[in-house]
Amino acid sequence: MNSREITTQISEAADSLNLRKWDYGASFSNDYSVQVDKGEAKQLKASQKQILTIRVWNQSNLVGITTTSDISESGIKKALKQANIASDFGNKNESTEFSPLAKDPIKVKKVKKRNPVGIKKLLTLLREAEVKLIESHESIKSVPYNGLSESFFERVYANSEGAFRSYSKSQAALYLYARAEEKNKKPRSSGSVKLGYGADDIDIESCIKEASNKTISHLNYSSIKTDKYLICFSPDSFLTIINAFSSMFNARSIIDGVSLSNKNSIGEKLSTEALNIYDDGLHEKNISSTPFDGEGTPTKRLCLINKGRIENLIHSESTARIFKTTPTGHAGLGSKVSVSPDWIVVEKSEENFDLKKSLDHSTYEGEFVYIEELNAIHAGVRASQGSFSLPFDGWLYKNGKKISIESATVAGDIKYLLKNIVNIESSQEVTTSGISPHIWVDELSITGDA
Amino acid sequence: MLSSQIKSNEIIFGSCNKDLLEEIIFYGIGLGADFVEIFIENTDNSSVLAEEDFITSVSPSFGRGAGIRIFKEKKDGFVSTNDLTKHGLMRSVSQAIEMLDITDNKKREVFNGLNKHKDYSFSKKKWINEVPSINEISEKLLVSTKSLKKNNKIITRKGSYSRNLQEVIIASSDGTYVSDIRLHQTVGLNVIASDAQYRSSGSRRFGSSGMPNEFRLWDHEKAANDVFESSMNMLYADYVDAGQMPVVLANKFGGVIFHEACGHLLETTQIERGTTPFENKLNEKIAHESVTAIDEGISEGSFGSLSVDDEGMEPEKSVLIKDGILKKFISDRAGELRTGHKRTGSGRRQNYSFAAASRMRNTYIAKGDYSKEDLISSISDGLYCKSMGGGSVGATGQFNFAVEEGYLIKNGKLTNPVKGATLIGEAKEVMPKISMCGNDLELAPGFCGSISGSVNVTVGQPHIKVDSITVGGR
Repeated sequence: MNSREITTQISEAADSLNLRKWDYGASFSNDYSVQVDKGEAKQLKASQKQILTIRVWNQSNLVGITTTSDISESGIKKALKQANIASDFGNKNESTEFSPLAKDPIKVKKVKKRNPVGIKKLLTLLREAEVKLIESHESIKSVPYNGLSESFFERVYANSEGAFRSYSKSQAALYLYARAEEKNKKPRSSGSVKLGYGADDIDIESCIKEASNKTISHLNYSSIKTDKYLICFSPDSFLTIINAFSSMFNARSIIDGVSLSNKNSIGEKLSTEALNIYDDGLHEKNISSTPFDGEGTPTKRLCLINKGRIENLIHSESTARIFKTTPTGHAGLGSKVSVSPDWIVVEKSEENFDLKKSLDHSTYEGEFVYIEELNAIHAGVRASQGSFSLPFDGWLYKNGKKISIESATVAGDIKYLLKNIVNIESSQEVTTSGISPHIWVDELSITGDA
Repeated sequence: MLSSQIKSNEIIFGSCNKDLLEEIIFYGIGLGADFVEIFIENTDNSSVLAEEDFITSVSPSFGRGAGIRIFKEKKDGFVSTNDLTKHGLMRSVSQAIEMLDITDNKKREVFNGLNKHKDYSFSKKKWINEVPSINEISEKLLVSTKSLKKNNKIITRKGSYSRNLQEVIIASSDGTYVSDIRLHQTVGLNVIASDAQYRSSGSRRFGSSGMPNEFRLWDHEKAANDVFESSMNMLYADYVDAGQMPVVLANKFGGVIFHEACGHLLETTQIERGTTPFENKLNEKIAHESVTAIDEGISEGSFGSLSVDDEGMEPEKSVLIKDGILKKFISDRAGELRTGHKRTGSGRRQNYSFAAASRMRNTYIAKGDYSKEDLISSISDGLYCKSMGGGSVGATGQFNFAVEEGYLIKNGKLTNPVKGATLIGEAKEVMPKISMCGNDLELAPGFCGSISGSVNVTVGQPHIKVDSITVGGR
């Protein structure tokens, strides 16, 4: 069955059950992935998956939901019945409706359709990448975490008022994490991830080079003294922090009382006037972009922080209604509709006179800690309290030398961090989760061994 | 012997699928596979969320699918599908064969048909009718969130319940043919407390397997008191000062550190990757002599217990470390094939879309002789970690864990609550420093995410003392 046929089948099944108001979201995917171990294929994987989520409104306009992987005629009917039963428990205090924008035109990026290259080619490419990475330096002994995958999927949203959206795309991903060992030293590991629309689009050579360079750069390591330091966040690590605390811009989190912001936070100053942050799911560099959200609302660019102040929040249909605004295209279809950012873009605003522009990670000669990558986000972030304590990979720059930091954590408070941004470098870098320049923050606590 | 008559062209739960399964396995072996395994699943899940004094989400879901794994020498190909027809399953076998590039089908393994069906689900078919209804769950969750409303500093109250019922059929070319029903229920309470600039949170989760009545017996009042007290104790807590210090880790979920920092390194998947420092340490001392550690799948009702693993083997009780000496690794079929360590009934997966891997079940440090007071009184300046948050272990074995509720120890006594602490270390360095184990072993449920997805586990330990560890703070 194709997505039009499924919509027709749901419509007919709903009619037969006397269910007048419904919508659904679905995804259908074919995924292929390979892993290798010292030149040998380790695990080769293929999957065909379908997920259908149906919402039903009962006569009291309460919503029930069911999710299933069974899209047979009987499966669809069962899902509608279950959703109808669940609607008896629908949330009476916060109604849910169709998105008013579910029929608005969507912007679909023009991307050339990729065809599967097939498992054999994926395997050949990954084997070659593993060999090259191991040969790139004598200390690199293995690539214990590696994978090359390609995925072809279709996403659909439709409702009983005639909205219908469908979007097909492909995506490929390569990750290489090398392990380096030297005598009388602890093993060190680092890696790189690259995305593309298809396996042929992935820059494998740069992934190998990046994984190799990063791993080698951590070979000479030392513990760091526990103290407060001037920090330079890499684009990737700064985006990790912003995403971890994105509940500050999330209307759902505000309503639920788990955000640091509140209903009156629009206009609140969070940071230096030099900071702009956007959510831009349709950005041309975002490989993972989708043109509509779980409620069918079109994806769009939205300014979250303008010159250091909160400008907008991200919304679903129901939160937008509560805040008397329009949905922003950030909803996930669920019994309780979730809200989450798409792709964060961090920029330096024109109001950047107060920045210490001499702080440039490639030229600055004073002492600072460079945070390359933050780890254990799920464990070390208390988003509702604003605090974080996170292990990281990085280096201490001191007296013109750069030395990898062994096992340390950076701790602080997100509001303190944003207020203490002392420089935003000019050049932005594209990462898998967004775009950002290097960001400098003064006086953050680092715990090391020494 | 193989039957020549095909009785059904689709897997049907509750029916005899032996002929169809045999035909599919024979098809794979005929194409040159060394080994063929079929894992078929049917699920019926639901979850309920209560926020403040209202039910805000009820989410039922159901589904079915199959995972087919083919081995050729030490390589394996895995295909998952939602298509449970004969055609769909055959196509998946062909795809796996093609992925492995098996062209030489002359050297055939012998498949003598499936063994007599072993039905672990026999006494469990009634469970679906015995679990609490959505109505019953909703009522109890609302009573629970009401119990959390103890003062006006509590600004957010949540109660959540989820129930997963999984029916599985496992058949493979070594004759394995089993079916089972698994039931997991969890319930959790969360609060956020706030007063002026101060904020704290508290949470607890409870869980069981194979006990349909367990939610009804759950003491929500006790749980609510516990969560409330924890959030109040931490509301005005100062940040902990970073440094090296002795710590006492509480029992129950304190065991998450052993699970993450050491347990994972004892899974054969880590040997396959070459990422465990314990690979060649069998029968060598890797921990303090006070440490005996166990991984098992047999404790009745525990969240990580199972009648049979996802490869059709009954779980065993594996003593991983005995008096500090490494005795065993946690192994699955691929682990046995690639590393030589015998299977332990630990082949587990989140669902049909993952190939099974060696995974922990109920993992804990055995009890010792000391009381909790003995441990605390032995420390003049340190930290008591009463409640642990989550954590992670890096590719080279370093771990990092958040302390959700901590107290300073001064001169052998518990003093001020402190927040923001993280424990940082490396398993092979910390294990020898566990010098005292209490006599109060208790287990706690959790979810473990790894190569074969998220699986239900139990972590546990008595109170333990670590002589020195890095505590991250501010």
